[in-house]
Amino acid sequence: MATTAEGFDIHHGDGHHAHDHADHKPGFFARWFMSTNHKDIGTMYLIFAIIAGIVGGAISGIMRVELAEPGIQYLQWWAQFMGGGNDLNTALHMWNVFITAHGLIMVFFMVMPAMIGGFGNWFVPLMIGAPDMAFPRMNNVSFWLTVAGFFSLLFSLFVPGGTGPGAGTGWTVYAPLSTKGSVGPAVDFAIFSLHLAGAGSILGATNFITTIFNMRAPGMTLHKMPLFVWSVLVTAFLLLLALPVLAAAITMLLTDRNFGTTFFDPAGGGDPVLYQHLFWFFGHPEVYIMILPGFGMISQIVATFSRKPVFGYLGMAYAMVLIGVVGFIVWAHHMYTVGLDVNTKMYFTAATMVIAVPTGVKIFSWIATMWGGSLSFKSPMVWSLGFIFLFTVGGVTGVVLANGGIDDNLHDTYYVVAHFHYVLSMGAVFSMFAGFYYWFPKMSGRMHSELLSHIHFWTFFVGVNVIFFPQHFLGMQGMPRRYPDYAEAYHFWHQISTYGYYIMAGSMIFFFVNILYSLLAGKKAEANPWGEGATTLEWTLPSPPPYHQFETLPVITDANDYHDHRPATA
Amino acid sequence: MATMPPVTRDDARRNLRVGLMALAGAAAMLGLGYASVPLYRLFCQVTGFGGTTMIASESKAAEAAAAATGQTISIRFDASTEAGMPWSFRPSQATDTVTIGERDIATFVARNDSDRPIAGTATFNVVPEQAGKYFNKIQCFCFTEQTLAPGQEVTMPVLYFVDPAMLRDPNMKGVEQITLSYTFHRTEAPLAAAATGTN
Repeated sequence: MATTAEGFDIHHGDGHHAHDHADHKPGFFARWFMSTNHKDIGTMYLIFAIIAGIVGGAISGIMRVELAEPGIQYLQWWAQFMGGGNDLNTALHMWNVFITAHGLIMVFFMVMPAMIGGFGNWFVPLMIGAPDMAFPRMNNVSFWLTVAGFFSLLFSLFVPGGTGPGAGTGWTVYAPLSTKGSVGPAVDFAIFSLHLAGAGSILGATNFITTIFNMRAPGMTLHKMPLFVWSVLVTAFLLLLALPVLAAAITMLLTDRNFGTTFFDPAGGGDPVLYQHLFWFFGHPEVYIMILPGFGMISQIVATFSRKPVFGYLGMAYAMVLIGVVGFIVWAHHMYTVGLDVNTKMYFTAATMVIAVPTGVKIFSWIATMWGGSLSFKSPMVWSLGFIFLFTVGGVTGVVLANGGIDDNLHDTYYVVAHFHYVLSMGAVFSMFAGFYYWFPKMSGRMHSELLSHIHFWTFFVGVNVIFFPQHFLGMQGMPRRYPDYAEAYHFWHQISTYGYYIMAGSMIFFFVNILYSLLAGKKAEANPWGEGATTLEWTLPSPPPYHQFETLPVITDANDYHDHRPATA
Repeated sequence: MATMPPVTRDDARRNLRVGLMALAGAAAMLGLGYASVPLYRLFCQVTGFGGTTMIASESKAAEAAAAATGQTISIRFDASTEAGMPWSFRPSQATDTVTIGERDIATFVARNDSDRPIAGTATFNVVPEQAGKYFNKIQCFCFTEQTLAPGQEVTMPVLYFVDPAMLRDPNMKGVEQITLSYTFHRTEAPLAAAATGTN
């Protein structure tokens, strides 16, 4: 390796040598606003995701309350509150704005920042034995771009977007609704928001790829990396290949809107269906971007609390690679109803169902990891079990929807809403809570309350199932997505679904009380609070880890290999 | 285990190389996103995807005529205008029965109902979509921009034939009628062109 004379310290451009004092921290402003420390940036991403999650969750509450009864109850009030007119059209536009904001916030500003920016930043360097990310300053840029994107989206709510304030296009921003159908700057700000968040994510993906390829501790080969690191690596590649296509598509939207191009306007020789192809070429990998890091976390947690190495480590890693690859060639199953011919539909149906194979490999490997293990049902483990169960339910409805023929009936109904909330609102969110409770002691140095975590789990589990399971029924009965009003026949299940929201919202109180309790009065966490099952490198460091870690790089050997498929110790 | 500084110059160079490669990959995908516009158009034109009709030369039309077997197919004509386009636009006849392979002419009537010259371009496709690659146009008013003076009414022809190769395509089995549809969109024509009123 290089001599000390050649070495330079990228943490401190002004030449300070931090490694003579691992816990030397900069002042408040420099630490949090100009941060180059992967743990601080990870913390900021997590806090940002929680704030965005509160906003996005509150919006879904507004929608659920409105949907509890047929007819329009509160939308006119909201339209006026947001500065629009008092007429019905503005109220209905307000509804479109809510569904758009909820979708965009949850996807781009809650799940992605938490999974990749939060847990990824915190634990990828720790798990591979790296001192920090490869490009710490770019890491900071990624974070603030994401924040700027969030503000751009919030700002769009207060400027005209057609029939009222805000962008009412749905998270898919389909043309021609988003071009000719939405006059005013709101949609431009929403598109700009996606540009910013997308640029932040592309830079973040570059950072992860470089970190994982170049900065693994001596002896940690790719095939010895913990599965969470594998999941973030695959996710980073998906981001890198999918997001630029979205950027291209929404830039074309922007020029169609403002500069007279006709990429998606048939009057000028364009085709609005092309936008859908481009969007879903991004959009389908995007749904795997949102769930793959969750897969990785679940693998770590199930292994830890089964006190067993992960079953089928290589199969688990390459299943994620396969999901990522196949995820790029199934996009048109989101657009079966645009008029695809029967052969195209057959291909996309078959290709989509193929994804059930690697996904099945993962589900069964998690079960096999638990099989014969010494299970302990700590909070991260119960969230993981909830994840495995509910994600499988969402996967099954996904196989139903994969059929081009069946989808003709179910397209844009609540069945689809139920499906993707089972895989996201339960899949992704359960894995994030699992990861949060798993790593909270490591991140904060304090133990959370197991009792509150378990109450949080059970109330949340009941709440989200009461919200979303009835939506299968509504969808099968023909209730369309994105409607604020419905026929009396749908009243019963909509009302039940809204009760579920109240339960879910109430359960979040336990989450926040738990965080506050642990930060203020939680027991001090040991380096490894989870026992012998927790084998990866982050548990060899104190909780919380020092500001700069691994100044002496750990060396991975057969006798001392810090990963989750090491031979079970007797 | 030797104590090492966090990052050496060599490491930084290696990181920069991988980072730039990753960003180059992202830039390539951005390019691909834009390239998809002409590629998609080309793909539709070549394969007839989504009911895109074909443009045929005289020689191809002659080949098709030679291969004609005398079987017939019904063609339905559909005409519409984009919202805000002040034209009346209709086919001269709703349906026609043609011999597969033989060329046929269909006419559409368009009238400018406004008091200003208006230019328009027609978009077109056929259903069922798998018929797109067998529906060949030799000449069509939709190939060029049309401008109508206020109140002017014109008859617009389309010269087409249905390729006999459709009889050998299992996807075309049971197709007894092909619908040819046109939609006129308003074109923002330059004032000079609009004033002369060509068609």
